[in-house]
Amino acid sequence: MVSAAVDLDALRQRAWAAAATVVDPEIPVLTIADLGVLRDVTVKDSHVEVAITPTYSGCPAMNMIALEIELALAREGIAGAKITTVLSPAWTTDWMSDDGRRKLKDYGIAPPVSGGGRRALFGEQQVACPQCGSIATTVLSEFGSTSCKALWRCLDCREPFDYFKCH
Amino acid sequence: MATASIAIVETPLVNYALRRGDDALILGHRLSEWCGHAPMLEEDMALANMGLDLIGQARELYSYAAQAEGAANTEDTLAYLRDVRQYRNLLLVEQPNGDFARTMLRQLFYSAFADPYWRAMMGSSDPTLAAIAAKSEKESAYHLRHASEWVIRLGDGTEESHRRAQTAIDELWAFTGELFHVDDGDAALIKDGIAIDPERLRGVWSETIATVLSRATLQRPNSDWMQQGGRAGHHSEHLGHLLSELQSLQRSFPGATW
Ligand SMILES: [Zn+2]
Repeated sequence: MVSAAVDLDALRQRAWAAAATVVDPEIPVLTIADLGVLRDVTVKDSHVEVAITPTYSGCPAMNMIALEIELALAREGIAGAKITTVLSPAWTTDWMSDDGRRKLKDYGIAPPVSGGGRRALFGEQQVACPQCGSIATTVLSEFGSTSCKALWRCLDCREPFDYFKCH
Repeated sequence: MATASIAIVETPLVNYALRRGDDALILGHRLSEWCGHAPMLEEDMALANMGLDLIGQARELYSYAAQAEGAANTEDTLAYLRDVRQYRNLLLVEQPNGDFARTMLRQLFYSAFADPYWRAMMGSSDPTLAAIAAKSEKESAYHLRHASEWVIRLGDGTEESHRRAQTAIDELWAFTGELFHVDDGDAALIKDGIAIDPERLRGVWSETIATVLSRATLQRPNSDWMQQGGRAGHHSEHLGHLLSELQSLQRSFPGATW
């Protein structure tokens, strides 16, 4: 019994490690673990179940992420894993790891500013340019190239940049 | 139309989820019609993004309606295989895009309701509806801000943009009363804490609209006469045309995938 429990826990850890390598297809420097999209890995009767949560209601990347998880587990010799989507609690940018925020900035995307004024009807936000660090920046459009990004511009280095929106 | 429509086992909860799903799908589809036609590239992306948010919300609500119904329906059959009379969306959201001002006013009227609505629904005693609400309210906050900023820009812009924005308000106003519609089925859900009473939101909706219109130098119409019928399946002729486009593939090639 003890060794069976140990085996199941080892399987769970192996499955988590494999699933955690899957990257967001739209921001390939971030893994689903960095993003907080990977919620849980459980083993029931030696079957692995991976729970993920969508970032945005209409996020087209979720199907691809689910498929990538299955493939990553299969490469680890874990076949027939079940991928489930959980809605609650709702994903928030606060779940993004510090490591994830750093990687995002290095990639040229300004990380989400906590408490970034989503609620205000005419919100003012301060977002630092990921290129030069200047805070003299201005929003061009709150809806960028993907659901999770807004388009900003730096007034100092003049470069446009993506900002990962607060949710 | 090659494929027969489905039957729905209507219960108050199924109807409730379907109606909100229909609002989101139809408005999302309308916004998607702008793709490639918006006044500028940033706006093209913004409208497509918001359409995607709404269609995502519709998928979750349809999946839940199908689960609550407990029959053979799925999110896809609910979207693709219902007739116009089976759709229960607000008349407001099926109104044609018209010019950009009209699209933005329609978006403002809807979002000024949807945003506080989803926030209030986070307290629903139904865990799935509460979870859908928690996602949707984050998105609706952006939609409301976007529409508000555009309405102010258009109203307080040129003589021409002001005229178009005011015309849009005058033409769409009669469809705003339906936002607060409640029937007997809804009333039972409200009593059980599953739904919230939309009447609670009338004050905040009116205040948002008044603030934005005043900053936009636009006038709120005096008329209190309101058109309704969408919630009971009585639609304008526009919805039939929209659905024939939205459903054409699945009606012609049932079960087609790619
Ligand atoms: Zn810069």
